Amino acid sequence: MIFILRTAFNNAFRHWVRTCLTILGLTVAILAFGLLQTVITAWYSKAASASTARLVTRNATSLIFDLPIHYKEQISGIQGIGEVAFAQWFGGVFKDPKNFFPQFAVSKNYLKVFPDFILNEDDQLAWIKERRGAIVGRQLADRFDFKVGDKIPLQGTLYPGNWEFIISGIYEGSDATKVTDRMFFHWDYLNSRLAGMPANPLLKPNTVGVFISTIELPEFAARVSDLIDYSFENSNAPTFTETEQAFQLGFVAMSDQIIEAIRTVSYVIVFIILAVMANTMSMSVRERTREFATMKALGFKPNFLTALILSESILIAIIGGSIAVILTPPSAKAFQLATDSIFPIFLVSQQTVILQIISSITVGILAGVFPSLQVYRVRVVDGLRAIS
Amino acid sequence: MRSNLVEINNIKKSYFRGGQIIEVLRNINLGVPEGGFTVLMGPSGSGKSTLLNLIAGIDKPDSGSLKISGLDITGLDEGELAEWRSGNIGFIFQFYNLMPVLTARQNVELPLLLSGLPAKSRRLRAEFVLEVVGLQDRLHHYPNELSGGQQQRVAIARAVVSDPTLIVADEPTGDLDKQSAKDILNLLHRLNLEAGKTIVMVTHDINATHAAQKVVNLDKGELVDERTTDH
Repeated sequence: MIFILRTAFNNAFRHWVRTCLTILGLTVAILAFGLLQTVITAWYSKAASASTARLVTRNATSLIFDLPIHYKEQISGIQGIGEVAFAQWFGGVFKDPKNFFPQFAVSKNYLKVFPDFILNEDDQLAWIKERRGAIVGRQLADRFDFKVGDKIPLQGTLYPGNWEFIISGIYEGSDATKVTDRMFFHWDYLNSRLAGMPANPLLKPNTVGVFISTIELPEFAARVSDLIDYSFENSNAPTFTETEQAFQLGFVAMSDQIIEAIRTVSYVIVFIILAVMANTMSMSVRERTREFATMKALGFKPNFLTALILSESILIAIIGGSIAVILTPPSAKAFQLATDSIFPIFLVSQQTVILQIISSITVGILAGVFPSLQVYRVRVVDGLRAIS
Repeated sequence: MRSNLVEINNIKKSYFRGGQIIEVLRNINLGVPEGGFTVLMGPSGSGKSTLLNLIAGIDKPDSGSLKISGLDITGLDEGELAEWRSGNIGFIFQFYNLMPVLTARQNVELPLLLSGLPAKSRRLRAEFVLEVVGLQDRLHHYPNELSGGQQQRVAIARAVVSDPTLIVADEPTGDLDKQSAKDILNLLHRLNLEAGKTIVMVTHDINATHAAQKVVNLDKGELVDERTTDH
């Protein structure tokens, strides 16, 4: 075994430039694979961090239609429901449309429903007191360098006019996987300004986009959802209720084809490097045909030579793969910064690292199979005549 | 009168090349005496290397029998032949065929990996044989750090390290200068005389016949002359 490993190592680096270039190619490919897998993970991160113990109730016709605010009392009265909060999409522009970030007008108890957002008590009190107060998440604050007391001017899109909010606090995520790229402000403020605007059938006061409710027993989420929807079945605005996770996955599903394309590309990259490495290994082994024939003449069986070739191939793959695994987290960070925080959570998951390792070893094994077969088949007398 | 280690009876061998069958060996009958030094000679294409390959068990005849120490090796499959070669044949090639990534000592140790000997015994044995061929101060040198003559001596050490029944040498002096060739022939002669090794050697070198006890001439695939000398 020691002989095989030592010889595999020596053989791998006898043409060190070629081997280093192969390792470089493999590193780039496995790194790209890891980054694309991380993009997919990031895409699902909001859904992954969403809860199954919260229900989201929206208009059954479409999310673009609102629900009357008085539904809150009815929902609160349904058995199994805990706290009920609500939110309305605002969609303002901060200086430039490319500075997009989500803004919601929310109820005062919103943070009670989302304990994953942590805001200290002083800031909570300050926010409640300030009519134009807003709280921003840590990721959003870092992105625009927002500080408590800063004024955020927003140009209304759905809701016309210029709006100005004062940052009352910066909330944190309960852990690193929580997305904190949103701004919340008082629904009361939005509603009061809306009441003063000319009548618009699409912008009615006293309406909200969604109700978010906590449930006491998550295993009865489907039953409680049915009860909510049943309550409004014959109203002017029937509802559709699902868990928060299902609600978020519904958004992700809209981009399913893009995700599938990214996933496919990530595997194609691995396949390309497999072809490149198989070719390199074949060349390398073909150059050594006489050496392998000599070993066969000395009595070494094809299985031993296969082990020698596979060890060399896997060794190269492991070196390239390991470098890629080490480089993936800093590259992911750089990628996140370069893409202007499109992905607020861009963490390399354990599953991605495992996939990278499996891909590297698979490439190493498969790249060594074809040259091993060449050596397996070559007759000793023909091999001995081969030119080194 | 020595008994024959190798008994060849009515061996035929042909290859299929360029769309036609080429007969390389026709009805060869030959005996190689145990402990003898037999030289196969003949012009290029006469079939001497093919005959050596058959004796070494790295090629198979079309017909006929080839017995070595009483065992007909033509009936062995590839796996059995590989195992048989590892215990019975020592190879010396024209271009040495050493592993460039292994040192002289590691190259000599190579056949012993198949013997099941512990690592220390393998190392000591390889060092001893390298001392016998006069390379005790080149143990850790790689082939590219050795001259042609030295590389061939490493190859000879590799051929004898597992104490094989038969040593086959295919033009072992063909790639060497005059002095190195002479040294190698002397070394093979010593192995034959002092260690009693049976050697079959293919060569064009007429000087090689001086050490031989039997000289076999082949031409166009036929054995045309076979003579024993008084060495």
